[in-house]
Amino acid sequence: MKVSCPECGAEFESPQDVVIGEILTCPECGLELEVTSIGEGSVEVKPSQVSGEDWGE
Amino acid sequence: MGITIGIVYDQIRWEEKAIIETAKARGIKVNLINAKQSFFNITHRDKDDLENLGDVLLQRCVSYFRNLHLTAILENKGYYVVNPYKVSSICGNKLLTSITLSRAGIPTPETYVAFTPEGALSAFKKLNRPAILKPIVGSWGRLIVPLKDEETALAVFEEREYMFPLYQIYYIQDMVKRPPRDIRTFVIGDEVVAGIYRYSFTDVKTNIARGGKAEYCQITDELRELSLKAAEVVGGGILGVDMMETENGFVVHEINHTVEFKATVETTGVNIPKYIVGYLIRKAKK
Repeated sequence: MKVSCPECGAEFESPQDVVIGEILTCPECGLELEVTSIGEGSVEVKPSQVSGEDWGE
Repeated sequence: MGITIGIVYDQIRWEEKAIIETAKARGIKVNLINAKQSFFNITHRDKDDLENLGDVLLQRCVSYFRNLHLTAILENKGYYVVNPYKVSSICGNKLLTSITLSRAGIPTPETYVAFTPEGALSAFKKLNRPAILKPIVGSWGRLIVPLKDEETALAVFEEREYMFPLYQIYYIQDMVKRPPRDIRTFVIGDEVVAGIYRYSFTDVKTNIARGGKAEYCQITDELRELSLKAAEVVGGGILGVDMMETENGFVVHEINHTVEFKATVETTGVNIPKYIVGYLIRKAKK
């Protein structure tokens, strides 16, 4: 499914089994993108949060 | 009726994807529960207000407070959550972990706690050795500071006065003499399935998330016994036990309840997702 990078505008394909919340990396600019919704043939993303104050193991 | 595993998440990382794929390959139904899009009536205890989320739930939220509080809600609704609230509340808090480990007689680094910069300085003087200041709740090595002399220690303590009150609980731990690495073992139920060394030559922090390098670590009988005992005293489940090698043997300094394992699978070849799914199936059948 098609993904459009909000940072650099590159278009790339997501994995077929993509799920909401998955982190994709833009192959052009390297930005990490979080999947916010999955539509017909395309996937919406936003730049992923780098790290929250209480994140981690 | 087949088993359904519910996975509670806020981000799908390599680990979550691997667990999902492993479960599906075994014919297990996976229900993904996105914490960011969920809401719950917490004054209503029945499950009726929810679709059935699963026969067992795996808590994988990367945000600790979201993880812990969501587990409390789901347990109250009658779900079995891995790891349980009690386990996560101890493991997510270094002070509670130190208390729990030391009470059970498990070797752990000597640690003082104080509540003001003055108290913290007195504790540092009493310890009379290089120490590490750690936030009692925190991960990936954030805000962990080596303390080597009184002047800089006091400056660090005073700076914390301008931070969130949680950072004003001064947890001061002996900086134990150890090789430039620590050990992480993976406990799943009553098995120790894998172990890695985490190396850092330039930093007291060995977290992989901070650039620490993983290497295979053989699970000796001593490591196995200590790992299982440490996991048991915090309540057991799917846990990462962090240890250091000292002149007097191993000390356990942390136990992780939402454990990352990509580097471990790559380094050891152990199929950790398979063990996790197996454990969840056993819990679902109970």
